[in-house]
Amino acid sequence: MTEVSPTGAVPLVEMRDVSIAFGGIKAVDGVSIDLHAGEVVGLLGHNGAGKSTLIKILSGAYAADHGEIRVNGEPVHIASPRDAKRCGIETIYQTLALADNVDAAANIFLGREKLTAWGTLDDHAMEAEARAVMGRLNPHFRRFKEPVKALSGGQRQSVAIARAIHFDARVLIMDEPTAALGPAETRQVGELVKQLKQEGIGIFLISHDIHDVFDLADRIHVMKNGKLVGTAKVSEVTQDEVLGMIILGKCPPGAIPGPGAMT
Amino acid sequence: MAEPSTLLSPAPRSEAPREPPAAAAGRSSLGDTLRALELDTRLVGMIGALAIIWIGFDVLTGGAFLTPRNLWNLSVQAASVGVMATGMVLVIVTRNIDLSVGSILGFTGMMVGVLQSRFLPELWGFDHPLTWVVAVAAGIAVGGAVGALQGAIIAYLGVSSFIVTLGGLLVWRGAAWWVTTGQTVAPMDGLFKRLGGGFEGAIGAGPSWLIGVAAIVLAVAALLLTRRRRAGFGFPVRPVWAEAVVILLVAAAIVGSVLVVNAYPLPLPVVRRMVEAQGLSTDGPLPLIAHGFAIPVLIALAVGVAVTFLASRTRFGRYVFAIGGNPEAAELSGINTRRVLVMVFGLMGALCGLSACIATARLNAATNANGTLDELYVIAAAIIGGTSLAGGVGTIHGAMLGALVMQSLQSGMVLLGVDAPMQNIVVGIVLVAAVYIDTLYRKGVK
Repeated sequence: MTEVSPTGAVPLVEMRDVSIAFGGIKAVDGVSIDLHAGEVVGLLGHNGAGKSTLIKILSGAYAADHGEIRVNGEPVHIASPRDAKRCGIETIYQTLALADNVDAAANIFLGREKLTAWGTLDDHAMEAEARAVMGRLNPHFRRFKEPVKALSGGQRQSVAIARAIHFDARVLIMDEPTAALGPAETRQVGELVKQLKQEGIGIFLISHDIHDVFDLADRIHVMKNGKLVGTAKVSEVTQDEVLGMIILGKCPPGAIPGPGAMT
Repeated sequence: MAEPSTLLSPAPRSEAPREPPAAAAGRSSLGDTLRALELDTRLVGMIGALAIIWIGFDVLTGGAFLTPRNLWNLSVQAASVGVMATGMVLVIVTRNIDLSVGSILGFTGMMVGVLQSRFLPELWGFDHPLTWVVAVAAGIAVGGAVGALQGAIIAYLGVSSFIVTLGGLLVWRGAAWWVTTGQTVAPMDGLFKRLGGGFEGAIGAGPSWLIGVAAIVLAVAALLLTRRRRAGFGFPVRPVWAEAVVILLVAAAIVGSVLVVNAYPLPLPVVRRMVEAQGLSTDGPLPLIAHGFAIPVLIALAVGVAVTFLASRTRFGRYVFAIGGNPEAAELSGINTRRVLVMVFGLMGALCGLSACIATARLNAATNANGTLDELYVIAAAIIGGTSLAGGVGTIHGAMLGALVMQSLQSGMVLLGVDAPMQNIVVGIVLVAAVYIDTLYRKGVK
């Protein structure tokens, strides 16, 4: 089920020749990436390489200037986070993007609240589902009545993950999911990634930690200065070679070079 | 669903703030009691502060403050600012401000005044039963349109709310003058006048009891319904005794306020006229007729309940708080934050329109200076009531209590014969002190 076939099966998500510029600076320049069901794809690059920007285009936070996004081979128009969610694309942001002043259930259901027959918020039903999904991610979590700013880093992370996986995501974008976590919690996130992969969800993993990516990802895309340096299966490149891609833009023999590769 | 026994067992108290053992032992029984009641400690604190102010003034004035008459007038005077303060909470929660509310009140007040004393009488004569309805609807609509316009400039053109509403402060005050080129419009329609209070605007003893009983029934029903829903999901609920105490407190507050408003009799000349109007003799001792609740106060309370419902039980309210907590997160969650902002400012404007009706009716005249400086009282009421200028935090009942605190200070000082400049000095100092105490409280809670 983890068989990767870049040319065979239709990818779950495909971004083709995507560009975006801010004030004349091309943050993302002609990048094409893809992701299959049940696959974890790492997105690597320095700070400012354009990986977060690229992913924000897919999650609907930014609108691309140029390029195309396909889901299951069908071109889709993603102009807002709402559009992305409709396509089954969920994002866990590096900042977590939680409303600190409301509780876990309100955050998990933010923008997708459950309503009673009278059209009012069904807080009890939302709390019940929040307890169920949080019970799966973080069985010791009890603080359902407190605003999330009172929670620890790991607990906040659990809330952000719960929000992403609770609504039948097909594609999950994880932007630096372990940056603020301790070793035990990092391991937990790793387990979760494997479990979601088993369920056939495609995952984009953005990380600066190359070890994490080699542990979890099937393939990697490397970006530098807004361009794609290359794509490789982790089994066919070494960590040193990938570092060379990140730092120098040098594509090793095991990788497929992109437009940003050093010539 | 996960295993209920592990998920739904009562939360261990290990997360509670750690206290030194001695202090914890001394306070634990009181602390447990308060925790079981699940009362908002901030609300309890505000009610305590209000009680201190009231008792303090009563002692200083030799018993002139805590009289039914003074409390009745106090609540009528607080109604207009109280109505607007509920909207201001939502505005400030979204990290915005509205400095134009006093001017919008002035402008819509003029429109309402001209409509009922010039245009509508030409259409269907004076004292038509529908005049007040059309006037109030027009006031709310004009205010809402003005507010939504400002909200659209803030949300879609990206001009800061401080600037847009500072401009609005000047624009709408000027517009109020233009409606009649500065002339005062008076008097108001007979039925419309009742919205401002006074003896015509009091509903009497019987209806007051009716409203009191209805309020108790609704409050108890709401409490029990919530309890049943929570129990149905297996969530922890208050112990039965705590639930009973809460119900008793609510009922006592309602009955108490009915007793107060019913203990304030109408002035004797008014009673004499009423008796004469019924064709009875006025030679014998005149009956005592109670005021009962004032209509503006009932309007303010109804607005308070409605906006509380909006803020806590609807998607709109949830989004308002989410935007205040983290605007970027709200946007990324797919919330149309701009539309929500326009709605918040539109609601604020509509409430200004309603307040304009109350204020105009109370004056029995529409003047272009009506509502001057109200923006400061409204913002102060919201802030004293615990709304954080940083956004994301605030309660409607807090803001209404804040309006009552401000009005109590002013009334008390009037009774004491404090002159106007000194009153302003005291109100200003109290505002700063209240925010400072609130800051300390929030740090303590963390």
